[in-house]
Amino acid sequence: MKYAWVWRVGLLAALVVLLEVLCATGGIDRLTMQPPHRMAVDLWRIITSGSLNAAILRTLTNAAIAFVSAMLFGVVFAVLLHRARFLRETLDPLFATYYAIPVFAFYPLMIVVFGLNDLPEIFIAFMLAVVSVVVTTLAGLDRVPRVLLKTALVSRLGPVETARRIVLPFVAPFLLTAARLAIAYALIGVIGAEFIMSSNGMGYEISFAYNNFDNATMYPLILLVILTSVLVNALLSYWERILLTQRGLS
Amino acid sequence: MSAPSQVSLRGVRKSFVRPGRDGGTTEVLGPLDLELRHGEFFAVVGPSGCGKSTLLELIAGLSTATAGEVAFEGRPINGRIPEGVGVVFQEDASFPWLTVRDNIAFGLRKKQLSKADKAARIDAALDMMGLAAFANHHPAQLSGGMRQRVCIARTLVTEPRLILLDEPFGALDQQTRLLMGDELLNLWRKTGATVFLITHALDEAAMLADRIGVMSARPGCLIDIVETGWARDRDSRVVQEDSFGVVTARLWRSLRTESMKSLGRSGLAPSGLAPSGLAPSGLAA
Repeated sequence: MKYAWVWRVGLLAALVVLLEVLCATGGIDRLTMQPPHRMAVDLWRIITSGSLNAAILRTLTNAAIAFVSAMLFGVVFAVLLHRARFLRETLDPLFATYYAIPVFAFYPLMIVVFGLNDLPEIFIAFMLAVVSVVVTTLAGLDRVPRVLLKTALVSRLGPVETARRIVLPFVAPFLLTAARLAIAYALIGVIGAEFIMSSNGMGYEISFAYNNFDNATMYPLILLVILTSVLVNALLSYWERILLTQRGLS
Repeated sequence: MSAPSQVSLRGVRKSFVRPGRDGGTTEVLGPLDLELRHGEFFAVVGPSGCGKSTLLELIAGLSTATAGEVAFEGRPINGRIPEGVGVVFQEDASFPWLTVRDNIAFGLRKKQLSKADKAARIDAALDMMGLAAFANHHPAQLSGGMRQRVCIARTLVTEPRLILLDEPFGALDQQTRLLMGDELLNLWRKTGATVFLITHALDEAAMLADRIGVMSARPGCLIDIVETGWARDRDSRVVQEDSFGVVTARLWRSLRTESMKSLGRSGLAPSGLAPSGLAPSGLAA
């Protein structure tokens, strides 16, 4: 639909206005939820005061480490798996059921293995993100047309040049999809782990504020998590759409 | 005296190991002998699945013969892609992430040429294929025929001495195919390259080629070679000549029984239908 984005923005705006009205009229009491404008004002206050900057920085850094590791490992592993047919056939059903496993259940085990530091959180986030990268990259590699690979051969390209000049550009939109998923999973993994057992980070601060009825901290932090995730996703989506439009696929 | 051969195939056979546990092989091609003369336009027709594309892949070095020898300019190919050979495939092989100009420039990547020389060659190829106005477009913005022209241009800029075409107009409508055929004849004359064309269309082969090889059903062997006798400066108007009908009729005579065999093998021919029950549709006999 031509004006789908207008309707989308309109719907979101309507929801915000509805929340605002419900909070203002007492439909939602103040102890349960702040009005949206208050969340924005408090978020600005938190950011400018710098009181939670260390927590925010820690969460975003850990999520970034998990994301980059998942992308690097996931893409390389997918490329190797694409060539190893037997291993691929063995692992494919496991990938299909992977997200049925509650990865957070392993968090205590991670703490035993890695200690009570940032590593268990990063590892959980990595585990959540990496399989989506592997599966999406494999989907891209499977779709590289045979005729393009034959063209690489008759153009006398070696394996490295074929990967760089043909395969990588072809799977680029798939890698962007993988990146979008990996970022979302990395944030979920890190923040979720901070909720469960941590003394720092945005997840911990949200949990701490919740336990202390501190809505002025909890809701702005939730808003920040949403804004970060949506912003990064929107940027990658925009880039992905440019590539797909170029190829007549959007 | 005939020109010396540029490509020679002697006693060539190709077989594939069947998937499954029996470990048996399927003979797909040969034994086959063929000499391609320098600068000629040679077309190959044959029933579906007779090994036409396999034959092209053997000459391109994309595949190796199970037996026999394939040589280009006197040197055995042995599965190595020979220098001076360009291939255009039936499927769209343009790179969707590159513009038309960059697609064509891709062919020149390994050529030791100055930037100006490369640009001149690309411009010439764009002009020759009627793509100058679309140089900065992406393939998705072009029609199927134009995309195929991009692939031909990408091959042409390398100035190959042998151009292999695997049903390059297969996806196009009849009118566009006739016009593309004219363009192909033009560039064949301009470049002086040898052209080896695989096609399933008898009229296309009869219109374009100096000689046409007719292949049998699998395993594909050459059962006839037809000399068309056209002048070098021909174009698609040869379809109006009486001798065009004579050529296509001879092609069909050679091919009819083989096509029946091929249909019978695929289970498409009605069981009670004798070979004589099929008429040579669409041919001026």
